[in-house]
Amino acid sequence: MSDTVVPAPRHSTWRLVAWIALPLLVLAAAIAWIVAADPLRGFNNGAPPVEAITFERTVLDDSGISVLIRAGGSEPMTIAQVQVDDAYWQFTTDPAGPLQRGATAWISVPYPWVLGEAHRVNLVTNTGATFEHEVAVAVPTPVATPGMLLPQAIVGLIVGVLPVAIGLMFYPALRNASRGVMDFVLALTIGLLAFLLVDMTFEALELAVESAALFQGQAMVILAALATFLILMGIGRRSGTPAGLALAFYIALGIGLHNFGEGLAIGAAFAAGSAGLGTFLGLGFAIHNVTEGIIVGLLPGYASIGIAAPIVKARPPLWSFVALTLVAGAPAVFGMWLGSLSYGPQWSALALGIGAGAIAQVIVEVTAYLLRQHRGTGKAWLSPPIVTGFLAGVAFMYVTAAVVKI
Amino acid sequence: MDTPHQPTDRVTRRGLLVGGLLASGVATLAASARAQDHSGHSVAPAEPAPTSAYDAPPPHLGAHGNMTTVGEVDFEANGFDPSALLTDWDVGTPSIENGRTVRTFEIVAEDKEIEIAPGVMFPAWTYNGRVPGPTLRAKEGDRLRIVFRNFGSHPHSMHFHGIHSARMDGVPGAGLIGPGEEFVYEFDATPFGCHLYHCHALPLKRHMHKGMYGAFIIDPDPALHPEFDASARSRLLGTPENAQWQEMVMVMNAFDTNFDNENEFYAVNSIPNAYGNRPIRIEKSRPVRIYLVNVTEFDPINSFHLHANFFDYYDTGTQLTPTLKTVDLIMQCQAQRGILEFSYARHEPGMYMFHAHQSEFTELGWMGMFDVVEA
Repeated sequence: MSDTVVPAPRHSTWRLVAWIALPLLVLAAAIAWIVAADPLRGFNNGAPPVEAITFERTVLDDSGISVLIRAGGSEPMTIAQVQVDDAYWQFTTDPAGPLQRGATAWISVPYPWVLGEAHRVNLVTNTGATFEHEVAVAVPTPVATPGMLLPQAIVGLIVGVLPVAIGLMFYPALRNASRGVMDFVLALTIGLLAFLLVDMTFEALELAVESAALFQGQAMVILAALATFLILMGIGRRSGTPAGLALAFYIALGIGLHNFGEGLAIGAAFAAGSAGLGTFLGLGFAIHNVTEGIIVGLLPGYASIGIAAPIVKARPPLWSFVALTLVAGAPAVFGMWLGSLSYGPQWSALALGIGAGAIAQVIVEVTAYLLRQHRGTGKAWLSPPIVTGFLAGVAFMYVTAAVVKI
Repeated sequence: MDTPHQPTDRVTRRGLLVGGLLASGVATLAASARAQDHSGHSVAPAEPAPTSAYDAPPPHLGAHGNMTTVGEVDFEANGFDPSALLTDWDVGTPSIENGRTVRTFEIVAEDKEIEIAPGVMFPAWTYNGRVPGPTLRAKEGDRLRIVFRNFGSHPHSMHFHGIHSARMDGVPGAGLIGPGEEFVYEFDATPFGCHLYHCHALPLKRHMHKGMYGAFIIDPDPALHPEFDASARSRLLGTPENAQWQEMVMVMNAFDTNFDNENEFYAVNSIPNAYGNRPIRIEKSRPVRIYLVNVTEFDPINSFHLHANFFDYYDTGTQLTPTLKTVDLIMQCQAQRGILEFSYARHEPGMYMFHAHQSEFTELGWMGMFDVVEA
């Protein structure tokens, strides 16, 4: 019996390999034939190559204006001439030579730009096509010196860590909160997160549109969010649904990723010269972020009530306060740094997409937690505290966000 | 019919990428702005920068310093050189019929990719493979016979600004011919002056800015203008009086390389900054005469400004006395033209600039230099 059974799988293994190899060979043959015979030649109507350029970074400094461009043409592209404000200027291309599809290069123009005014850079390719880029407000681009990292870190701390620290101060008040109050607070959290999810998704999609076509920004954002959501759900539910401190950390991670994406965007805006658009916005942003911070500040609260036992309220260890604050807030600092060194919009979009996925996971888990708390109570879980909490969360975020939206 | 170059909207209208900066991102900038040193922007480099916008330019860059196109056009590949084109008169093949001079010109229309600025290729439509087309020159009263063959991909014509019959007008139905066809325009060279010819096929704008134009100069016959004998002689090519003059033709033109009905490059005789990079040599003892023609499309007017000097201007060149005396700037609307006469005899040698005084045109390539030398 075993004599007949054992060879059979081996035999079928080879057969399996063959069945996998066959279509691959056909594919390879088809590619070889298409390359060799060029059956699409008939479609060549003499039209010039498609050209596309994305401006990913702009640097204004003492030597003039430099832009980092990414080519997205059907054939290698050459920047033949450069206009700034309707005048041709000497320029250098680094690296020199034609730009392959997807390749980047710095175009540097010794242009005497004017502080606080707008300039237009217009690249003329060898086919005469033009690609325009506007410097909306010319300010010196921050240089990534060690001296600059510190002030940026301070900004990051103001945006990321300070609000969290303020939020933490609610912990004592919540420690002994009643079921109704906790329901309200949890629903408030879900509301705040729901706003963030919607806001971040649109922000990411907006950035995705600005990035080079070959990154397929919008698909990238959606897929990154989906992947992050699935991975975090998978990890979180490895051993049952997360609760307590674990849930708190997932929330912190989601907000941390959000802050990272926001930090990137802030850094990029900073580098692009929008810093001067209004000092009053700083205050609005602080208020807005404190709202976010409150969520994180509440985390130890969740942790304490979440640690299962109905009567015993476990006190979370002190280190968890510090760790939660850093997980949620510190990414803003790194985001600022990376963003002001300014990578292309596609990276900010990606970071925001990942953050959206993480927030979605947190919403699901907090909601699940809320439902669990109500299981068996016989009451409708959409109780007045929960509904008002959710709506209050969304509304509060909406109102404070209005201050910082331009 | 082919449409040789059709950039999509996506390609041509990609501006404003930075316009939508992240709203929330912008917000925090308040705080970050304070962290930055915005004490003021200075162009002077803190450390040796490769170039500075206000440094004295190297001599080969002319007076425009860093503000110029980069590189050189391959004139050999183009088949025409702007420096040679200045004085490249096409007087046709003269013959005598019934005691009268007949000049026969052979012109072909052809599609040709030309490098209209360093590194920028333009799918031009040309007369005799060059833009502007050949400068046709004749004497007042000559019989002109222009054999025109269309080797291009579209219908074309030659519409002369001059006096001729309706049949010879080069408009649809009168000398406008399809690809592969031939037409002979025949008329008298009159009136004397500085004129032009261009394709009159429709759409006119497209046929013009693709490169189908050229100067058409008719020299006055001194015998017909005894009261202005000296002036007429000085204008008539081939006379000793005319040989004293340093004559040149300048066709003010422009190219819309991305086909958005706005020009990307401006020049005289097609190549931006060509006479800035290679100044036109002027012997200071001899007077200068410029046959200036404006064929710029899309912009209603163009202009000519001479530095450090003044000139007399003969609008359309149909008079032997100046229509404007002692000016340093004239403007011409589309297809307007005229003759400029001036002298550097009392100047010190040096580089003297000329350019359009629409700064935009200048900075997009329409500038040049006279290298005035002792001679």
